[in-house]
Amino acid sequence: MAIDIDTARKVAKLARIRVEEADLPALADKLSGILGFMEQLNEVDVDGVEPMTSVTPMRLKRRADVVTDGNIQAQVLTNAPDAREGFFAVPKVVE
Amino acid sequence: MSANVTGANTWTIAAARDALRKGEISAVDLTMSCLTAIDAGDGLNAFVHKTPEIALEQARAADARLAGGEAPAMCGIPLGIKDLFCTKGVPSQAASNILKGFKPEYESTVTSKLFDAGAVMLGKLNMDEFAMGSSNETSAYGDAVNPWRVDDRKLTPGGSSGGSAAAVAADLCLAATGTDTGGSIRQPAAFTGIVGIKPTYGRVSRWGIVAFASSLDQAGPMTKSVRDAAIMLQAMCGHDPKDSTSADIPVPDFEAALTGDIRGRVIGIPKEYRMDGMPAEIEALWARGIEMLKDAGAEVRDISLPHTKFALPAYYVIAPAEASSNLARYDGVRYGHRAKLAAGDGITEMYEKTRAEGFGPEVQRRIMVGTYVLSAGFYDAYYNRARKVRALIKRDFELAFADGVDAILTPATPSAAFGLGEMADADPVQMYLNDVFTVTVNLAGLPGVAVPVGLDAQGLPLGLQLIGRPWDEAQLLNYAHVLESRAGFVAKADKWW
Repeated sequence: MAIDIDTARKVAKLARIRVEEADLPALADKLSGILGFMEQLNEVDVDGVEPMTSVTPMRLKRRADVVTDGNIQAQVLTNAPDAREGFFAVPKVVE
Repeated sequence: MSANVTGANTWTIAAARDALRKGEISAVDLTMSCLTAIDAGDGLNAFVHKTPEIALEQARAADARLAGGEAPAMCGIPLGIKDLFCTKGVPSQAASNILKGFKPEYESTVTSKLFDAGAVMLGKLNMDEFAMGSSNETSAYGDAVNPWRVDDRKLTPGGSSGGSAAAVAADLCLAATGTDTGGSIRQPAAFTGIVGIKPTYGRVSRWGIVAFASSLDQAGPMTKSVRDAAIMLQAMCGHDPKDSTSADIPVPDFEAALTGDIRGRVIGIPKEYRMDGMPAEIEALWARGIEMLKDAGAEVRDISLPHTKFALPAYYVIAPAEASSNLARYDGVRYGHRAKLAAGDGITEMYEKTRAEGFGPEVQRRIMVGTYVLSAGFYDAYYNRARKVRALIKRDFELAFADGVDAILTPATPSAAFGLGEMADADPVQMYLNDVFTVTVNLAGLPGVAVPVGLDAQGLPLGLQLIGRPWDEAQLLNYAHVLESRAGFVAKADKWW
């Protein structure tokens, strides 16, 4: 399926990646090419096939629901672009 | 450094282990030999963060441990670590600008295990950004360069573990860690004439490795020999409570499995891997590999894996879908890059500008493809359909194994290494075709190993791939060992860097 410019704009928005208006046609073109390649999947008869959820049949391990970590606020904030008073700082979210 | 250890950087892990244990070389001298080679190898752009202080400290500790006896096999072995592995206090940025300056407060399970076994970290290795690429050209650090060349052109070492492959092939380190989501260990190994194994999904912990596509990613060793791969894989494997998909099953002695005896074993040759337009040289190499295994007493049988053709399109739905979810965490809040904001910009502008500046074009494209195939209205048509096709691809292998096939022999790549920049104007799908022989293995969760088998007419290395039964890395490495011994590949790139 061909991706039009409106769809490319919408996908960029959903992905939270800023794309300039001027770059949208090229993006739409590239995405169309990639998605066109995937059209081959329509040739496969998948009737009655369950979508794979786990490549190796294994039961996920369980553990006791207890705290195993914590009290490392300084470490958690070490790499933050903007940390203040023990918090991650971001632009105002609620007016 | 004493004269008798000059060139120790060219040794295999096995040779170095034995020399270290006999006291013929110290871990410090071995490490120095690699550090010297690394400084002389800047033209390859393989090591992007050098850690000589850490290396020498670890080497001194290894020497103390070796002096006490009972040191593990990896004790004192100098390694390069792919930039995708989080290493405590050392830049770990997945070759992306969005993680520029990121220094993890923790150590990945794989590097922890290697360091606990006494291994030495020389530095971090170049790769494609977030492991998305087949030529190392999407890296924020610039291209890594293949030590092999045929003329003045610089060739790709492959990707995404291109820095790892270049570093091992150029003897800047004894071995390196790699990761493989669709072929990122095996394709660069084949392009540089080294050995690379992707283990069964769940064999190696993914904890602390920057995630690309979590249902496909596996780490593995990239080495100068199959024996080295066995030794290093041993140290990387094992259950990890911090990775819920890591398998709690015993790890066999991989090196002990290298008996060279494969008599009566059944090797499958899948007819669907004989692609249209496959170069005659690749076809000839494959035929030679078949003869080598036959000659060693294996039974070679033609098999069919009918859904092979659909592996690439399925992969390029599933991997970007998972990536779009995994990479949502890079939002400029908790770590990494944050864009400078204009007056009045809110949190949405912060996300959008940060991600536009931080991610390169290929990563952006894959995030958007993933976003699209997971979006309302397309989820069933693309993502669910791809997961169904994935189930069929896995079933193809299961049926072959149930029929008595022990392992499968295929080419590793559709060509030898190509020139850096040569694919710049190509459609992204052209680059994806590099993974045509390797992605099936990730989709089916199987172990696969690339072994160097010969040179093409230009003098560039070519490799074959062996695919094993789930959890059967031990036998898989044994078949690889037979192939390696019979091929007798000893060629090295002429030093030009």
